[in-house]
Amino acid sequence: MKFFAHIGFKLIFIIAIAAAIIIGIFSYFNIQSQQKILQSEVERHLNQLSETVKNSTRYDMLSNRRLHISNIIQTIGQEECIHNVRIMNKEGVITYAADTSLIGEMVDKNAEACYVCHTANQPLARLDIKQRSRVYRLEPDSSRLMGLINPIYNEISCWEADCHVHPKEKTVLGVLDITISLEQIDQTIKKATINSIILTLVIIIVLSLITGYVVKILVDRPVKELVSATQNVAAGNLSYAIDDLGTDELGTLARSFNNMTQKLSEARLQLFQSDKMASLGRLAAGVAHEINNPLTGILTYSSFLLKRAEKHPEMKQDLEVIVRETKRSREIVKGLLDFARQSVPKKNESDLNEVIRRAVTVVENQLSIKKIELVELLEQNLPKVTIDANQIQQVFVNLMVNASQAIDDIGGKITLKTTLISLDPYGIKQIKGALCPKGHSLMDDDIKIDGMASIKVKAKAEGNEGFINIDPIYGRNRNHYGIHLKDKSIIDLSCPKCNISLVDKKKECPVCGAPVYSFEVPGKGTFEACVTKGGEWQHWEEVDKKGKQEYVEALISDTGCGIPKENLDKIFEPFFTTKGQKGTGLGLAVIWGILEKHDGTIKVDSKVGKGTTFTLRLPVQKV
Amino acid sequence: MDEHRKKILVVDDEQVIVDSVVRLCSDEGIDVDTALDANEAFKKIEHNKYQLIVTDIMMPGIDGFQLIAKLKEDHIRTPVIITTGYSTVENAVKSLYEGAIDFLPKPFTIDELFSSIYRGIRYAGLMDGVQPEIGELPKIDFAPCPVTYYRLGYLTWAKLEDDGSVKIGVTDIFLKTIKTIKKIDLFQLDEEIIQGNTCAQIETEIGLMHNILAPMTGRIIDKNDKLLNNKDLIEKDPYFEGWIYTIIPSDLDYELKHLTSCSSDRL
Repeated sequence: MKFFAHIGFKLIFIIAIAAAIIIGIFSYFNIQSQQKILQSEVERHLNQLSETVKNSTRYDMLSNRRLHISNIIQTIGQEECIHNVRIMNKEGVITYAADTSLIGEMVDKNAEACYVCHTANQPLARLDIKQRSRVYRLEPDSSRLMGLINPIYNEISCWEADCHVHPKEKTVLGVLDITISLEQIDQTIKKATINSIILTLVIIIVLSLITGYVVKILVDRPVKELVSATQNVAAGNLSYAIDDLGTDELGTLARSFNNMTQKLSEARLQLFQSDKMASLGRLAAGVAHEINNPLTGILTYSSFLLKRAEKHPEMKQDLEVIVRETKRSREIVKGLLDFARQSVPKKNESDLNEVIRRAVTVVENQLSIKKIELVELLEQNLPKVTIDANQIQQVFVNLMVNASQAIDDIGGKITLKTTLISLDPYGIKQIKGALCPKGHSLMDDDIKIDGMASIKVKAKAEGNEGFINIDPIYGRNRNHYGIHLKDKSIIDLSCPKCNISLVDKKKECPVCGAPVYSFEVPGKGTFEACVTKGGEWQHWEEVDKKGKQEYVEALISDTGCGIPKENLDKIFEPFFTTKGQKGTGLGLAVIWGILEKHDGTIKVDSKVGKGTTFTLRLPVQKV
Repeated sequence: MDEHRKKILVVDDEQVIVDSVVRLCSDEGIDVDTALDANEAFKKIEHNKYQLIVTDIMMPGIDGFQLIAKLKEDHIRTPVIITTGYSTVENAVKSLYEGAIDFLPKPFTIDELFSSIYRGIRYAGLMDGVQPEIGELPKIDFAPCPVTYYRLGYLTWAKLEDDGSVKIGVTDIFLKTIKTIKKIDLFQLDEEIIQGNTCAQIETEIGLMHNILAPMTGRIIDKNDKLLNNKDLIEKDPYFEGWIYTIIPSDLDYELKHLTSCSSDRL
């Protein structure tokens, strides 16, 4: 990246300009006021000096001791900072001066020193100090001077004295003019100006350094991380997750990015899956077509030979094997083609009782043959549920067939019952996704609790370390502890993938006061719970907010042989079967899948020798 | 040439299929002409009178469906049996919908081939009996398909019942092509039957085994057990008392599109 395009440079540039402008304006006014103060101070001093000169020469003036006056003026004029001291008479003729060469010269009334009073036709008698002082330069490059004129007024002694130099009607008899050099002030101000420029530069440099550093920490690093993440994702690595980037906007962006890549990877997986199915379908079609032709050759000729081998039993047997196995190959190829055919679920609003009645008509005959009594306890006026009626019907047919198989030939009873129930989400609602603060999924498909994928977290307590599988049912707390813990011990929980802590120490469990752990349920808010072992408090705001959910519950109970306890957990697993070669072990797994797709649940209760009850729940959509 | 010898045409781009059909049929006294593609077949049809054509679907150039369409266009009413290695439900149903009298999925046994050819030749004979040369649809009149019924080719029918179930059975034409029934094999209750796939078998007195292709997909909720003891029932009243199954259809609306309404037969 070009240096100028760098966000750090842009920020530094803007901050430097802002600092320069602010400090510049501040310094300008500061120096201005400083200059004013200094100048008025000098002015005041000059005025005092002027008054002192006037007063010290007053007596000599009155006594008309001209030599005396001249001496005083010259002595004062020797003072280093004093540039010149002059006294002019009414006509503008210099009568006394520190620089004696000026005596007798005529001062132009329009010159600066006189202008203030003499602009108007009538000379002003009294002026304040500001108007009497003036600042000027002799040469453009010389230091500044400040002059102050001090009029000498007519007094009684002046016109009554013996010398009778001044007539009575005159107001002003002459002017005392003192000029001093302002070099020292100028230097002070110059120094102050340089100081503020240096200060400005220092501040700009310091600000730039700080900004640069902060930008590097807060922006550069996360951005680099984000860029490398996007490149990774672009290159196809959708499992790439950005490390924790803090809680600021970029951290939020990173989490959102992680979330996005996760969603993308899920979508890609699904796409991949359907793509796989599609190509498998094409492959099956290709294989079927290609293999079926040679198989036809084998099957026709072998079945032809078999027909002609009636009189040769030993040949017949062999040929039968060929025909049988070719037919088997035919079934395998057909199976491939059937597999490529996919049925799409079609959900509609349906009356569950109606669906159950249709399922009953399917199995009725079979049940009556086995002397099984069917009891229907269907609640009237159930609200409709959004289901694929065919699939749900298949569920009931399969469950009833299973039930009838569990009942031996003496006969028995199958009870079908439906009710409308309203359930608190607490103890019912399943957590179907969990993310750590960095976006790693915590779901564990390997360890299932009651057939449902659990939430796996890393646990540390009392020096032990291990894993805990949290019950995915909100509020049920049937957790699997992979480490030995005492009851009530406080556990430090973290993500098994990135070790980020899930515990929020600021929050307290309202029951026992221990800290609280939490994780995000994608699309369904945050799930919180107490960290202690045996601590039962859990809180899921988003779900609690929705309140009670209505379900249509259906129970299928039989008086059959029951399911042994050790099998209860496994019956919904694919390929688990107790029917030996007769079953595929897919029936209940398919049922589970169908209910899962309907956001419903199925659970089983069984007692060996007494019977089994399957409880199905389908959510009623709120209008 | 012997007028009574049956003559059929086999069209398939696979030499082994053609050869095997020739070999098998020669033993049964059936003459077989062969063509390796549809164009060759058309040339042979022009110069010969065949009682039956057996064709593959996937062939270079003109495929089996186009072959049927061309025959229709040319008013050649020789019955056609479609056979294919890509034996999907869709192909089976489409073949029958397009006018093939039977669908024979590969690979087939000699029995399956013969029962299909046998029906095909009988069908041709029936048609010739009614309308010797070119004509409209065959009019075999003793028990026509009721207007509210739907049929899958000339093989099976389906009737929608008021309660949402569907009754299915075989057509009178099918029964006439197979001659006397010896035995009927039915599926069990609860079993699923799939449109275009075998759902029952009929064995005849002459030892042939005929597959009955289901007109609709669904689960069997009732079967006509009377047929097992009283085979005449199906022959005498194929559309009413001779029904085979009652099923709960799983995709009625979609599958109906591939069935022919019997009311169109009367037009």
